[in-house]
Amino acid sequence: MLHYIFKRIIFMIPLLLGITLICFFVMRLAPGSPTDLQTQMNPKASAEMKERMMSLYELDQPIHIQYWSWLKKISRGDLGTSFSSDHRPVADKIMERLPITITINFLSLLIIIVVAVPIGVLSAVYQDSWFDKATAVLVFIGFAVPTFWLALLLMIFFGIHLGWLPISGLRSLNYEYLSAGRQLLDLASHLILPVFISAFGGLAGLSRYMRANMLEVIRQDYILTARAKGLSERQVIYKHALRNALLPAITILGLSIPGLIGGSVIFETIFAIPGMGQLFYMSVMARDYPTVMGILLIGAILTLAGNLIADVSYAVADPRIRVS
Amino acid sequence: MFYKNKLALAGSGIVILLFAVSLLAPLIAPYDPGAIDLKNVLASPSWEHWFGTDQLGRDVLSRMIWGARISLKVGFVATGLAILIGTILGAVAGYYGGWIDAGIMRFVDVMLCFPTFFLILAVIAFLEPSIWNIMIVIGLTGWMGVTRLVRADFISLRERDFVRAARAIGAGDGRIIFLHILPNAMASILVAATLGIAGAILTESALSFLGIGVQPPTPSWGNILTAGKDNIDIAWWLSLYPGLAILITVVGYNLLGEGIRDASDPRLKK
Repeated sequence: MLHYIFKRIIFMIPLLLGITLICFFVMRLAPGSPTDLQTQMNPKASAEMKERMMSLYELDQPIHIQYWSWLKKISRGDLGTSFSSDHRPVADKIMERLPITITINFLSLLIIIVVAVPIGVLSAVYQDSWFDKATAVLVFIGFAVPTFWLALLLMIFFGIHLGWLPISGLRSLNYEYLSAGRQLLDLASHLILPVFISAFGGLAGLSRYMRANMLEVIRQDYILTARAKGLSERQVIYKHALRNALLPAITILGLSIPGLIGGSVIFETIFAIPGMGQLFYMSVMARDYPTVMGILLIGAILTLAGNLIADVSYAVADPRIRVS
Repeated sequence: MFYKNKLALAGSGIVILLFAVSLLAPLIAPYDPGAIDLKNVLASPSWEHWFGTDQLGRDVLSRMIWGARISLKVGFVATGLAILIGTILGAVAGYYGGWIDAGIMRFVDVMLCFPTFFLILAVIAFLEPSIWNIMIVIGLTGWMGVTRLVRADFISLRERDFVRAARAIGAGDGRIIFLHILPNAMASILVAATLGIAGAILTESALSFLGIGVQPPTPSWGNILTAGKDNIDIAWWLSLYPGLAILITVVGYNLLGEGIRDASDPRLKK
């Protein structure tokens, strides 16, 4: 097992280097040097900023040396200093917001699993029933709904029309004066809509995938064997079939991570949640390049880490993977 | 099967309608989409303004009709670019194999590590937000799936007899790739393109909604929704109708794409 994990980590190193290369390339995408761009397009750019850009990216050096020294810096955890008025290190700004984004994405993953797996299994077991057909329609619409629009509609309905849920931020204004239990309730009511919206995109995908998987597993010989030896339908489906259908779903969850992280920009901006996605949006609007590049890098590394976790849990759950 | 075909037909109906609306926008829009009417600010839907008016008193229906042009344009240009890059890289990787294949596919792996929306926003931060930049950036970040698809097709096709025959009579690599193998991969590329258009329209509307896409006063479905968010407590119509238009359009392209897939690959039929 350790050997397998070690192998996966070694395999990640070229990917990591590739990620840094693309980040570096994006920084250089603009015509001319980033400092020219700063002064041309950003009226707020000052000579001091230009100097800071120069020293951050060592623009007077040849390009491979620039890349190498940037690589050395980021491997020390130094992502540069933000252009915004607080002049703080980018790494600090990201780290204080990262836990919020990761928590919401983690809750969304949980919801995706808890909701999508039963839907997929039931629509496979009762194939062509009204339930199967109804979920097929829902899933089809789910693939096509712009999530930010759904967020707006839910805000209008639950937040404004019914007045049940708050529509922005993480805490109420009187949060500090509430008892611990009330504080938790307050946080939860702020999180319901964002977590649901963030999970929404993944729901359709995983339930469709579970259905297809389950349909395939049910036709296997070992299911026939299980039925032949007289097991109850319940045992056949939930013990023999479900386990085998669940395994490949781990990979799908791993693949849905970049979508979740990318989506955090949208729902954090709409619901005014102070996470990494909102910081990214604000940095893009303010052309705070060091922060933009820092978050792009962290987003890719998070995806890589998520895929590693998915691969390893797959190997833990299914010994066949480790051998191959 | 008939059921499936009916859905595909409905999908093409929606797409044709979108084309018609975009083409005829100047004729069918009841008002000038840019006409400001400060006496009718945020008027709710009525006989004069079916979908109400926005914060400047502009007719929402007319702005949505003109916005259809943006969706159509973004869908085709962005997806066309993605398909072009994806097809060339996938064909080269699948046909030549070896280290060329390995190199291209590692590049695909690296690109897939980035949350697409992050990559798009990061690039846009360095460029002026304009409709052309948006289309190019969506295309440049959306070709990886097509590459994998085309590569798989090429690998399964490159050793077939008709390819050997072409090689035997002295056809060059370019000729074999583009005239002999590519036509056989066209069906799956067409499906990917149709579904890709749906994805590009969703991405553009999200970008415009965030204010990084199509810039006002040019109307797009996404930036009408921005006004919807700004007036969320008083003007629900600004939020409801443009989103419905996006939803219906995306459903249309998805139905069409799945219809083409079913028609081109009998094995997938139920």
